[in-house]
Amino acid sequence: MEGGQEITIAALSSTFLVGLSRAMILFVVTAGLSFVLGVLRVPNVAHGSLYMIGAFAAYSISTFFGGGSIGFWLALVFAPLVVALVSLIAERSLFCHLYQREHLMLLLFTFALMLILGDLTKIVWGAEYRSVMAPAFLQGSISVFGSPFPRYNLFLLVIGPLVAIGLWLFSTKTKMGKIARAAAVDMEMVGAIGINVSWVFAFAFVLGCLLAGLGGALVSPTISVTIGMDHNIIIEAFLIVTIGGLGNMWGALVGSLIFGITQAFGVLLLPQFAIVFPYLAVVIVLTLKPTGMLKSVW
Amino acid sequence: MFSEMIRKKAFGISLAIFVILLLAPSFLSRFYIYFLAVIFVTALLAMSLNLCVGHGMLFQFHHGVFYGVGAYSSGLLLAKTALPWWMAFSAGPLAAALAGLLIGIFCIRLNRLYFGMLQISLGSLIWAIAFRWYDLTGGDDGIHGIPIPDFIASTTSSYYFVLIVLGICVALMYLILKSPFGSTLQAIRDNPERCAAVGIHVRRHQLKAIVIATFFGGIAGVLFVVVEGSIFPDLLFWVLSLEIFIMCLLGGWFTFAGPMLGAAIIVSLRTFVGTYTEYWTLILGVILILLIFFLPEGIMGYNYRRLLRSRSKYTSESPVE
Repeated sequence: MEGGQEITIAALSSTFLVGLSRAMILFVVTAGLSFVLGVLRVPNVAHGSLYMIGAFAAYSISTFFGGGSIGFWLALVFAPLVVALVSLIAERSLFCHLYQREHLMLLLFTFALMLILGDLTKIVWGAEYRSVMAPAFLQGSISVFGSPFPRYNLFLLVIGPLVAIGLWLFSTKTKMGKIARAAAVDMEMVGAIGINVSWVFAFAFVLGCLLAGLGGALVSPTISVTIGMDHNIIIEAFLIVTIGGLGNMWGALVGSLIFGITQAFGVLLLPQFAIVFPYLAVVIVLTLKPTGMLKSVW
Repeated sequence: MFSEMIRKKAFGISLAIFVILLLAPSFLSRFYIYFLAVIFVTALLAMSLNLCVGHGMLFQFHHGVFYGVGAYSSGLLLAKTALPWWMAFSAGPLAAALAGLLIGIFCIRLNRLYFGMLQISLGSLIWAIAFRWYDLTGGDDGIHGIPIPDFIASTTSSYYFVLIVLGICVALMYLILKSPFGSTLQAIRDNPERCAAVGIHVRRHQLKAIVIATFFGGIAGVLFVVVEGSIFPDLLFWVLSLEIFIMCLLGGWFTFAGPMLGAAIIVSLRTFVGTYTEYWTLILGVILILLIFFLPEGIMGYNYRRLLRSRSKYTSESPVE
């Protein structure tokens, strides 16, 4: 227990909230991964790199507009669009020619994309640490049961559910969302009724990557933005979609909550081995329920 | 018949290469000897992974962990205890095989992608422990300057040691793949349902393959300690695992010797391209994309097929698929 905080109601509740807000970022990222996984049936290894690019783009945009609160809000809007553009280029120029091939080749392509994007990010932004300022009214903390809780995390707790509701509305109420859901279940049938499958794939891929970029932009004020943040998030994101059920958006939410909260409590209980806790949770879930908590679309 | 001829020819070629490599230290500089030794270690690692991936169609996504477990257990025993070297060396592969068995038991129940995912998760658990347990493993710094037994401490002697161990291991893997066990494994790869129907215990067979592959991966880990004299958590990181996966694909994952070729190419590129530019992974990514588009069977797979095709022009025998 050395180095751990004293365990009080205040510490527990603020830990819970920190975990919850971490889970919200994880959810935004993994919802995108899960969407791609559901429609294209490909684990997009480059997803973490796109998240990183999102964070770097948020830095550049907010600095360009003077680093104030206008800069932040513009970054939140435009950074995901930059990422979406990058993914659209990669998809239309190379990825779309591989859809007829074996699945392993698709997976390897995304891995190659990860390697390339990782180095391109280094070329464009360099290896220094960057930081993004949150707008003034989101800085500082409020008091929860007597212990401080950052306001920005509160903002994340609002954004997360908004994204979830938005995605749910999109996939159940709009035509494009319905096509994407149908494609996840039976791709051949979607093609048979005259829908251009290649463009459905492109759309799903770009939307998934846009969410990765949004996650990156959202996380940027809370951490120092640097090379290598792609490696950590992608493993976490994969594990989350696996325990949630591949391709299931609500599964991504459940998985993110499990992951974020166990991580936060790990920090409280045993700081040195905090990163072990979420992995352990994954092992337990997969041992009990090998195909994830919720129904997988596969 | 022709594949028999190819096999004889391949045996001759590999014997010739082995002899040349035995003589290599007499005419190569120290750097190149070290460089060849690194290739051998990586080649053994890629070969061991290919037992699962190429011959067993098991998506062993996190093979690097067993390499790392082998390296860490022998390296720690050498650095922290007074055990004789042979005990430390044999602890490496045994620990790796044990880890392979434990992780395998969990993973084997799952199919394909879930198998790979759970393996990444369990492997990351081991990585996290090695990364964080400063008192034992030195955390992210690792341990450097591990005392290597005198008889293999110099560059040349460690070169010979690694080369001979590689030779023995490759011969063993060849025998394993040619044995009834290996044939069954490849039959499972090609048609698991039919194999189950004729009474083969598919899962148990695959688990055995994992344990064997991780055992050899552990040997590669020990060899790494011999060559480098250090251990660090990057050995267990999943990026390395995917790199060896690429080596198997590049060389040709349905061929026996392909992974060695792939390892040699990747290590050479990393060493020589790495001296000119820090953007080595960019180049690796581009190579991988070219590979996916133009050479999905890998170099050896492509050549083997072409060889069969050119032979079949002169006879009526159709190429073996």
